[in-house]
Amino acid sequence: MSPAETSRATETVPVIGPGHSMSSVTNKISSIVLTQKTPLSWYIGFAIAFGLMQLLLVSIVYLLVAGVGVWGLNVPVAWGLAIVNFVWWVGIGHAGTLISAILLLLRQQWRTSINRFAEAMTLFAVACAGLFPLLHLGRPQYFYWLMPYPSTMGVWPQFRSPLVWDVFAVSTYATVSLLFWYVGLIPDMATLRDRSRNRFARAIYGILAMGWRGSARHWRRYEQAYLLLAGLATPLVISVHSVVSFDFAVSLLPGWHATIFPPYFVAGAIFSGFAMVLTLAIPLRAVYGLQDFVTMRHIENMAKIMLVSGLIVCYGYGMEAFTGWYGGHDLEMFVMSNRAFGPYAPYYWALIFCNVGVTQLLWFKKIRTSVPILFVVALVANVGMWLERFIIVVTSLHRDFLPSSWDMYTPTFWDWSLYFGTIGLFFSLLFLFIRFLPMISIFEMRELLHDVESEGTADAHD
Amino acid sequence: MPMTEAARIHGVLAEFDSPEALLQATRKAASAGFTEVEAYTPYPVHGLADSLGFTRTGIPALVFTGGLIGCISGYLLQYWVSVHAYPINVGGRPLHSWPSFIPVTFETTVLCAALFAVLGMLGLNGLPMPYHPVFNIPQFERASQDRFFLYILSRDEKFDLRETRRFLENLKPREVFDVPE
Repeated sequence: MSPAETSRATETVPVIGPGHSMSSVTNKISSIVLTQKTPLSWYIGFAIAFGLMQLLLVSIVYLLVAGVGVWGLNVPVAWGLAIVNFVWWVGIGHAGTLISAILLLLRQQWRTSINRFAEAMTLFAVACAGLFPLLHLGRPQYFYWLMPYPSTMGVWPQFRSPLVWDVFAVSTYATVSLLFWYVGLIPDMATLRDRSRNRFARAIYGILAMGWRGSARHWRRYEQAYLLLAGLATPLVISVHSVVSFDFAVSLLPGWHATIFPPYFVAGAIFSGFAMVLTLAIPLRAVYGLQDFVTMRHIENMAKIMLVSGLIVCYGYGMEAFTGWYGGHDLEMFVMSNRAFGPYAPYYWALIFCNVGVTQLLWFKKIRTSVPILFVVALVANVGMWLERFIIVVTSLHRDFLPSSWDMYTPTFWDWSLYFGTIGLFFSLLFLFIRFLPMISIFEMRELLHDVESEGTADAHD
Repeated sequence: MPMTEAARIHGVLAEFDSPEALLQATRKAASAGFTEVEAYTPYPVHGLADSLGFTRTGIPALVFTGGLIGCISGYLLQYWVSVHAYPINVGGRPLHSWPSFIPVTFETTVLCAALFAVLGMLGLNGLPMPYHPVFNIPQFERASQDRFFLYILSRDEKFDLRETRRFLENLKPREVFDVPE
């Protein structure tokens, strides 16, 4: 690189490294799946994740045998870790849809190399999230009672309840995310089918590619359908976490009954989701040598989105406390002071430290472009967002209107094992995805390469 | 055109290096009067479908229809359940409390529109289609990687194996292939 180029590179790092051609991009991404030796770190990572997943299976079996009494739930705190983890996982999923849909509509070219695994992350996070309300039902075999169907009992769901809205929102979100992800994969399945030299792999990728030939007419319909899906997914992703927040906000409980909840939850979801994308992208690009595709530009842009959404979350904390005080309602004021100075105060201040304190580091370009520090910041944000949901769920419930019913909530071993088990499930799925599917959209990288070459620079939409 | 050839040959395929060359070749094929023309590319190339005379895909109308069906049926389901099938009086609120029905109506709208978009795209594209004659050409595997193909089908009225081959060869492709049925 000449000095002139270097100085330009420090100003705007390109979205794709120099010296790549259509075949080198195709080769590099598809070889991870088809020909490269699977790195040792993959085996180690998968073994750990798979081990944790066994903990999930044990926890589920024990829960089904013994009942939800094995959790630390009690009467004021009937929503414990199950709901905390549900909201946490759903929130993490949001970044995937945001990257693939909203950034597509905004014509942000840099989304291309991170959208595929962010979408996969969404799917797996929603799968983990979905487990918790189902298991929390106590009798998960009757989960279909949540759906409107003509039963012999003549009973129908109560459509005025946000809990029923939640069923529709999350199941629609899971379905649309799966469709979006699969549609994006079809042309890449065709590439893998055509490059694979193994008969078995060829057949599997061939079936999944559904006979995709790359016809110009097909591409035209494909692009239109994909764009419309993005347009549909954008309001959907906003609606999902808004509906999740309605579970709380529509109730009359102090600390939950707040109009700021929907936007504050959506911002929190984006914040935690981008933190998770960074947590995953940083090790992945190092292990698989993808620094040319996931460049510092991507890393820094994601850090910027974390900062913006994190600031909205801080505003949410501020307004929660402010309305609690300004409303002048005894119980609202009590809930706020109980959060900050009650028995769960350490959790509350840890949350403030993680989400309000550490996030401010992202103002500095030095931090945003330092990969190891950013990795730590992202991990801290993941923890902070978990604490936020814990504070919202538990502190509002444990001291309710009647002091005689006050109680403390302490998660048991089985609460934690289920939570860590879903982390195992999430990473197991993610490792399998990395091994068997292209983690970067190959055809979009080819298109991006062509656009970058014909424009001379990648900054047209910056 | 001789019937024996038409029965054996599905079309003639020409391989190009760049999207620009393919785009130019497609325009030439159109001005030469070919109508049964197809182009294959490893990524969507802008203007290619237009040069094939393909402008209306039918997808937007389909997605709109899906959204409309989801919206109306989602709302009517909730109305019927809450007012007729299983009315519950909660604190004297109206049975038909429409604001509460909006979130689910929105979700069913998006769900149906998305299903129509994906299934409509696949259906109109004729996918899944496990076999297609172009897959007989080994070189065609580059269509999903880094090469661009122009294909003139034998069912085109102007098709004549020798003439069409010569026409394609004049477009300076890398190679021209006869595609068997």
